[in-house]
Amino acid sequence: MTAAAAQHPLVAVDGLTVEFTTRDGIVTAVSDVSFSLAPGETLGIVGESGSGKSVTSYALMRILDDNGRVAAGDISYSGVDLVAADDKTMRAIRGREISMIFQNPRSALNPIRKVGDQIADVLRQHGMAAGVEARRRAVALLETVRIQQPEARYHAYPHELSGGMCQRVVIALALACEPRVLIADEPTTGLDVTTQKTILDLVRDLAGERGMSMALITHDLGLAAEYCDRLIVMKAGKVVEAASTEALFNNPQHAYTRALIRATPRRGARLRSLLPENDPRRGQPQPEANLRQGDSAAGGQPLVSVKELVKSFAPAASGLPFLKPKAPATPAVRAVDAISFDIWPGESVGLVGESGCGKSTTSLMLMRLLDPTSGSILFEGEDIAATPSGRFPKHPMRSKLQMVFQDPTDSLNPRFTAQQCIADPVARLGGLSGRKAIADRAAELADMVRFPRGLLDRFPHQLSGGQKARVGIARALALRPSFLVLDEPTAALDVSVQAVVLNLLADLRSELGLTYLFVSHDLTVVRLLCERVIVMRAGKIIEQGRTDDVMDNPQSDYTATLLAASPQPPAALL
Amino acid sequence: MDEPAAETALPSNAGFARRSLYILSANPVSFVALGGFGLIVLAAVFGPWLAPYDPLLTDAAIALQAPTAAHWFGTDQLGRDVFSRVLVATRLDLTISVLAVALSFVVGAGIGTMAGYYGGRADRIASRVVDTIMAFPLFVLAMGIVAAMGNSVENIIYATAIINVPFYARVARAEANIRRNAGFVQAAKLSGNSGMRIVGMHLFPNALPPMAVQASLNLGWAILNAAGLSFIGLGVKPPTPEWGIMVAEGANFIVSGEWWLALFPGGALMITVFTFNLMGDALRDIVDPRKRT
Repeated sequence: MTAAAAQHPLVAVDGLTVEFTTRDGIVTAVSDVSFSLAPGETLGIVGESGSGKSVTSYALMRILDDNGRVAAGDISYSGVDLVAADDKTMRAIRGREISMIFQNPRSALNPIRKVGDQIADVLRQHGMAAGVEARRRAVALLETVRIQQPEARYHAYPHELSGGMCQRVVIALALACEPRVLIADEPTTGLDVTTQKTILDLVRDLAGERGMSMALITHDLGLAAEYCDRLIVMKAGKVVEAASTEALFNNPQHAYTRALIRATPRRGARLRSLLPENDPRRGQPQPEANLRQGDSAAGGQPLVSVKELVKSFAPAASGLPFLKPKAPATPAVRAVDAISFDIWPGESVGLVGESGCGKSTTSLMLMRLLDPTSGSILFEGEDIAATPSGRFPKHPMRSKLQMVFQDPTDSLNPRFTAQQCIADPVARLGGLSGRKAIADRAAELADMVRFPRGLLDRFPHQLSGGQKARVGIARALALRPSFLVLDEPTAALDVSVQAVVLNLLADLRSELGLTYLFVSHDLTVVRLLCERVIVMRAGKIIEQGRTDDVMDNPQSDYTATLLAASPQPPAALL
Repeated sequence: MDEPAAETALPSNAGFARRSLYILSANPVSFVALGGFGLIVLAAVFGPWLAPYDPLLTDAAIALQAPTAAHWFGTDQLGRDVFSRVLVATRLDLTISVLAVALSFVVGAGIGTMAGYYGGRADRIASRVVDTIMAFPLFVLAMGIVAAMGNSVENIIYATAIINVPFYARVARAEANIRRNAGFVQAAKLSGNSGMRIVGMHLFPNALPPMAVQASLNLGWAILNAAGLSFIGLGVKPPTPEWGIMVAEGANFIVSGEWWLALFPGGALMITVFTFNLMGDALRDIVDPRKRT
């Protein structure tokens, strides 16, 4: 089908070059990119951040920022030259002929208008329907994207809907005028794997029913493999490889494609095999868990023992006493509902679940940044939950419990240099005094996480994502902790960087004899690093056990659903 | 996460100066503001030496002369040189406003950052106190404070500082509040920082850029406020040269045609306030992250 259809492409991009004017001169974001999209075809545009994949789609829709322009190349949509087209033509094409689904569904919707009205607006704007008819069609569209009770949801505001529901509304908006081409720019970033699967299945079904062409822009090779007929791989503004999905995975031609496929975690992969071909550590054995007191079955004292831990959040009370409702208030939300588990020294335990399952609340309580409502947390036999979080910075156990945060950008003070970030805990609790001693320790820690010493005086915004992640890890290690909570430490990183950081974490664990609690929604990543896994849902532990047992033979339906939903690239390579 | 490559490219170590220059070059008026500010500071520091005449020297023989080559801004009713008086007054007016702004900056930043970080009851109390100050007509409040505390230059500074605290407190509170649960604040707690240390060492530096802009815009306003108080007879006493008093004294002579007495100090006041406001705009552009492309 692909070969035949390629003779009459719906969208043809030829030699596209996009430039941005910045204070450092002209930056070429996309150079000489060519591809075509046949009717009914799904094309995957894959690349890591900064590869220019989004810019390409913006150029196609002519929605580049003011400082960007198409410097060379042609874009044509069924014979219309989109580069030269006037604004009136573009307005008619956008939404009507070519539609786009954006990355963040919440920011794509107007927060102060009912979602149904927003859909009706689009229909009216393009003259597809008017008055009551527009309203009726909007309800029908909500039904098409499988929103329950579409009549009632018509009147909902975006903040009343979940992330997945918002994305459905955005899809309904994009499909309102029955476009022939749909561009989906990372449509499921920030959504849970199960939601991601339902959304993408929905988009695929709708595209199939309507014979729509689709361009799926994503950084996730597994996702692209599952939903696309053909893939183009982009790197630094250039297309490095274009092939059918099958051919790309079976016989990748370009070294970058091979590295990307290799770095994407998949079932059966080992940590070391994710590293690029030229990495010296590739050949080394996978670092093993340094179980100082043997396996959990072998007895001994657990390092961390959580017993009947509860955290409930009271519903927001009315500020004025005389306005309090007479009826009994809604019951407190139990974010964490009486969970108990043990972590033995040297272990690496995965804590998985979807957003809102209470895994972050649990890790914050373990780190003593949040006070539990009830229950105890025994660390080396001592109940650390007895000390309120406000006074915990002075607790002798403070330095033993440390954490690596999810977003490396958010977790580094923008006004601190890398050196100051790492040195802060050393100066507070490290027992060192004197500028020189502290600076030496910071440099030593930088070496430990393989962060170049020369970059220590840089500010976070001058560092790449991987470098920021290393600074975060160095800071967490500064006080020689014995227990680290890793809160999705690689969620914000590109896959190739993720591969390196995961290996670093595994190496550090065996070198320093650390114990990890790895919080993640990504089961494939958890499997790479953890011996045991705890699955949480709605504040309760659904299942726990050895990683291999849980993943190969899940006991609960929920775990099975989670596993089935996470996209897997074909394991052809290796 | 997938921004245009142009934005994700690592910024070169170009430094603050180059970036500032790039941003300011888009708006040449900023250079006028910076130049004007330089002149005002020079006048404040070297005014007494630059002045051609003693600003307090009276000479009845040359009273109320229109501007001439010898007396550029003319002379007043006691024969004092208006140009010298305007020049020398710069130091006093600038001192009052800078000290007042510095004071309100420090107090406002302290109250605001703590209220924003701790939240809860501390925040409610601080915010209501600030709101209460804002609820008064500020100039009338300043008049009341000076009248109650005594008619002196120090009290003008305190009064001006008190009525400006709310602006800084609100900015600092907002900046601290959006960051109170940021990853780096959590990490600072894990590193063993106490609450006060987090407020001072981690949150305050992040609130600094918008507060610096606020301070610059506020300087002009503080000068106006001090001159206004002097105009109605509070604070600085004659014969000390001060723009507000000079305008007040000169106002009596406008009807009889001696316009230069009020016009020149008033003009100096206007140009100074205008310069500070322009400088605030330039500073705002420099610290605005959206201008960093």
